[in-house]
Amino acid sequence: MCATCGCDSGGSTAIHHLGEHEHTHGAHSHSHSHSHDHGHSHASSKTIVDVEQDVLHQNNLLAQRNRGYFDAKNILALNLVSSPGSGKTSLLERTLKDLKGELEFAVIEGDQQTTNDADRIHATGTKVTQINTGKGCHLDSHMVLHALQGMKPKDNSVLFIENVGNLVCPAMFDLGEKERVVIISVTEGDDKPLKYPDMFHSSTLCIVNKIDLLPYVPFDMEKVKANAKKVNPALEILEVSCTSGEGLQTWYNWLKSRVAVSELI
Amino acid sequence: MHELSIVMSIIDIAKQQADRACATIIDEIELDIGTLSGIEMDSFEFAWKQAVRGSVLEGAVRKINTIEAKARCLDCDAVFSIHHYFDPCPVCGEHLLDILSGKELKVKSLVVS
Repeated sequence: MCATCGCDSGGSTAIHHLGEHEHTHGAHSHSHSHSHDHGHSHASSKTIVDVEQDVLHQNNLLAQRNRGYFDAKNILALNLVSSPGSGKTSLLERTLKDLKGELEFAVIEGDQQTTNDADRIHATGTKVTQINTGKGCHLDSHMVLHALQGMKPKDNSVLFIENVGNLVCPAMFDLGEKERVVIISVTEGDDKPLKYPDMFHSSTLCIVNKIDLLPYVPFDMEKVKANAKKVNPALEILEVSCTSGEGLQTWYNWLKSRVAVSELI
Repeated sequence: MHELSIVMSIIDIAKQQADRACATIIDEIELDIGTLSGIEMDSFEFAWKQAVRGSVLEGAVRKINTIEAKARCLDCDAVFSIHHYFDPCPVCGEHLLDILSGKELKVKSLVVS
């Protein structure tokens, strides 16, 4: 079930562990054991098989496996989702620099191509693995599983999984994260939550980025909040600017409160 | 275009189940797809045509049960149909909803021979 463009050549997922050797995962098989308790039937007769299986069953199984790994190592895993260009990587760069020494971090970067984002994270001195999905439009739990095998994030760390920039497809794929954080920027429309409700419905925190640009764009903060709350009344919303630094302390406090909670468990 | 991943997973499940039943042909496949499952049916249709070619599902008749989305209002307890996550309760206008159905995405059954 590697990233699923249906194309054999360009669809393989490449995983780059920065600062280490690289290897590529093509279409590899996992062994599964099945019980074979079938009876004998004639070739011509038709049989009804009750399947009742969730289509995302395999992804969900591997997501739970990742979740167990995170729990055992007390790792706070956050899945960061947004459209391209909302400032996910910039937010991470600022966070990693500002909280250096306070929290232990690791990052998994997801993009179709290039290690550009991972290079930016690597420059902050943080452990990072780049997943290139090829033609794939989202990360799945299988890719994250392999990225984890190579990177081995430390116990008690915060793991940011920066998903492929896309507000649609990643919504359906559980990666095993503790919480999903959706990021939008004020240069996008304030109707984003209504246009892409699945993502806002499945997230627990929404970060509105680039608020330093508010004087220059027709973005109504109260409207975006109202729209987001219509989709998900429990959604927490923070306003930040990675350029001016405004609001970042609130995000850091949110992060530290989650680390504190996960340490108690 | 995650619909292609979804169709590929359906083919995997069908193949696994057909192998388990020692069947060589899948005559029919029945799917449950909820209206809030995140599947865009036009994309699904497009992906299906491309992906089933040469697979175990190539000749299979496909039956889709569209599962209507329903929610319960957590404020007034009314149960009603919804089209979107942001639909308000038609009785009290609140948005705090418990989704009861509509997120289904599963292979329900196969007819094999």
